[in-house]
Amino acid sequence: MKAYILILLLCLSQLAAAIDSRQFANPEQQKAYEELTSELRCLVCQNQTIADSNAELAADLRRQVQEMLEQGKSRDDIVKFMTDRYGDFVLYKPPFKLKTGLLWVGPAAFLLLGLLAIALVIRHKKPAVTDTTGTTPEKLAKIRSLLDEGEHS
Amino acid sequence: MLKYLIPLLLFIIMAIFLAIGLSLKPNEIPSPLLNKPAPAFTAPKLQAPGQKLANADLLGKVWLLNVWASWCVSCRAEHPVLNQLAEQNAALMIGLNYKDDPANAQHWLESLGNPYSVSIMDQDGRIGLDWGVYGVPETFVMDKKGLVRYKHTGPVTANDVQAKFLPLLAQLQAEAP
Repeated sequence: MKAYILILLLCLSQLAAAIDSRQFANPEQQKAYEELTSELRCLVCQNQTIADSNAELAADLRRQVQEMLEQGKSRDDIVKFMTDRYGDFVLYKPPFKLKTGLLWVGPAAFLLLGLLAIALVIRHKKPAVTDTTGTTPEKLAKIRSLLDEGEHS
Repeated sequence: MLKYLIPLLLFIIMAIFLAIGLSLKPNEIPSPLLNKPAPAFTAPKLQAPGQKLANADLLGKVWLLNVWASWCVSCRAEHPVLNQLAEQNAALMIGLNYKDDPANAQHWLESLGNPYSVSIMDQDGRIGLDWGVYGVPETFVMDKKGLVRYKHTGPVTANDVQAKFLPLLAQLQAEAP
């Protein structure tokens, strides 16, 4: 019972941790803030966005995003500001370039490879029953008569 | 024959990718600042808060910016190495005291030794943000033109000093300003 309560409390604490929501007068800015903070990576805890992370660096980056939005900076300005300092790694959705090509094309390439492999395997598989090489009408007649005999005996 | 060759080839390709994956260090994010002008700052000095240091003051010199804080555990491991590097006089060493309490920082320098010519304060982390600092300690090397030439993430070891810092600093000192 105690364990259940503990688990329940832990789950609740997760809800409470929807960290540090900020209020903007302008709903568009609010939306931009929420989008941006969920697209920028926290560099300390690399599998969290800055909206999710409690790390101090994430808080600093959130503050930076907020300030730049309040100064009327555009989305692109803010993304550029971040990539100028932290590189493309800070973006959860990196731009398509030579360096990130494998990242974008890789999954599709592997899917194609897999499909190709399946096609090859299927094509090379020997048909199970339809192989009638070497049978002549005479042989077939003999087989039939032997089978018939077996049934009657 | 081909039947056996294909799995072998697939295995080799996979092994190569896994080997690359193992040798990557996800904590070391390449800095986009490399070979670009060092981000500008003007910040109060830790030991003389009335005075300020700007990176423009350092033009023409080879200098090194070490990001440190008294709350940072790896900085403590790195500190003796920095003290030794300072004795070599290979470059001007500037400390960026990152998100720290000045009193704690002063105490740190008094008790562990001060390898820095100057330490500047960055209490709210804004200079750190401009430099793309994401984990302390970090060390940047700047050439005489004020370009960032190298970034080291994590504590500098004695081995790094011998293998990387000293050769690079000597090379940069030899370059024309």
